[in-house]
Amino acid sequence: MSTADVIGELRDGMTIGIGGWGARRKPMALVRAIVRSNIKDLTLVSYGGPDVGLLCAAGKVRKLVFGFVSLDVIALEPHFRKARQAGAIEVMELDEGMLQWGLRAAGYRLPFLPIRAGLACDIERLSPTLRTVASPYDDAETLLAMPALNLDAALVHVDHCDERGNAQVLGPDPYFDDLFCAAAAKSYVSCERILPTAAMVERGCVHSLLLDRGQVDGVVEAPFGAHPTSCSPHYGIDGDHLKAYSGSAKDDAAWADYRARFVDVDDAAYVQAAGGASRIAAIAHTIF
Amino acid sequence: MGAPVADSDCTLVDLCIAAASQAWRGDGEILASGIGLVPRLAAGLAWRTHSPDLMMTDSESVLVSEPVPVGPRGDYVPKVEGWMPFRRVFDILWAGRRHAMTSPTQIDRFGNINISCIGDPARPKVQLLGARGIPGNTINHPCSFFVPNHSPRSFVERVDMASGVGYDDSRWAKGVRRDFMELRLVVSNLAVMDFNGPSKAMRILSTHPGVTVDVVREQTGFELHVADGAGETPAPTAEQLAIIQQLDPHGERATAVSA
Repeated sequence: MSTADVIGELRDGMTIGIGGWGARRKPMALVRAIVRSNIKDLTLVSYGGPDVGLLCAAGKVRKLVFGFVSLDVIALEPHFRKARQAGAIEVMELDEGMLQWGLRAAGYRLPFLPIRAGLACDIERLSPTLRTVASPYDDAETLLAMPALNLDAALVHVDHCDERGNAQVLGPDPYFDDLFCAAAAKSYVSCERILPTAAMVERGCVHSLLLDRGQVDGVVEAPFGAHPTSCSPHYGIDGDHLKAYSGSAKDDAAWADYRARFVDVDDAAYVQAAGGASRIAAIAHTIF
Repeated sequence: MGAPVADSDCTLVDLCIAAASQAWRGDGEILASGIGLVPRLAAGLAWRTHSPDLMMTDSESVLVSEPVPVGPRGDYVPKVEGWMPFRRVFDILWAGRRHAMTSPTQIDRFGNINISCIGDPARPKVQLLGARGIPGNTINHPCSFFVPNHSPRSFVERVDMASGVGYDDSRWAKGVRRDFMELRLVVSNLAVMDFNGPSKAMRILSTHPGVTVDVVREQTGFELHVADGAGETPAPTAEQLAIIQQLDPHGERATAVSA
């Protein structure tokens, strides 16, 4: 598939889950393609980074289901803050673990999974749709019933895929990408490279094969498709780019300028605008 | 442990790190998560002094056999001993095998903290990070806090949003298990506090050298109790200072605390 083919599968009002974590292994090429499209009124589910910020800046977001939004190397996401402080988006704020639990419930076709996180604080109070459940056993404990986060589509970015959708993550953390795909009616995976299956398997231990083809509905080859977020071990978080991106929240003109240079361009032109393939490939990994 | 050094030889941040390291005393073989510079150095110091069974990560995705020094590493290679991606952190914290120290933007007398937003959460004046893992951390395992800027704006009567749980009875519904939670220690740039005051309210355990109880109370937005026998926060020993320097060889901690 091409990036445009994936966008062709998305509709106004969909609930879309985005893989990765903060400024790490986000499917940014696909996110930029949504920004360029006419799609609107999205509900996003994300361990948020610049994916959430870009889509907020472009006015694509009706509702956000989140545990945090951060650029990691810059703590606070400026476009997300702006949208929140303007009251421009509806939110469901969750504990990070609740978000995982909601994805698992959806993947297992359960209406909810019980959890303690979220009780006795304002998470429960601020999302009146959340319900508690009493253990039916002798303990009778009150638990929060984390509802399934059923997704219309999941977007994730990985290192390698084969043509059929088997996918490999070589970095040290799969984040929750497999759970996003399991929770989604359709999953679209962008990758650094599409490889023959055998060549992919040779490149890492079998534990690196995170997604099976039955979970994946479309594969897009998007070299540097996570930039400016990291795709370990290939490239780190582009702190300089994220600084410029943050500056684009200053006013409408700054955003228009960023958008013209880095969003309203095709993927090849984006890589050039971001300094070229050899520059991105050389971005050092952040030391946390 | 060596003899205490003279106050003039130790900086406020080193005093805070030494005080905060006491939070993990007696915790055994659990994951010590120090989130942010001072908590991380404090966890490392705890490990290197009184609690060698603690486990730590590289602040990303692997467990290490010794605390990783902060900042540029030069030739140092983290000593990997296990795998700890984010999903396994949930596994560990829901099982209670963790003690985390974080830095809240607001904290109230019963230890409810806020890292979500300032103002009405429906339309915040200032959007912060979001609740992150605080709701799950605070209800499942021991938590402690480091506040670098003790003032009535950080120590508030009521947090704008309770990102985590505290000892305020009114926030606990019938049947919710409270016995897994423990808010152990709060270290600020002025004092060390715990939650063993009346009705589990916050109280002063010690004030830092040169800081009086009255000053701490003036800088606190709620009534702050004082523990019997509260005195001065002990200065770090020469051994502690040497370890802190090893854990922060580039001196990144120099600007971590308000004077």
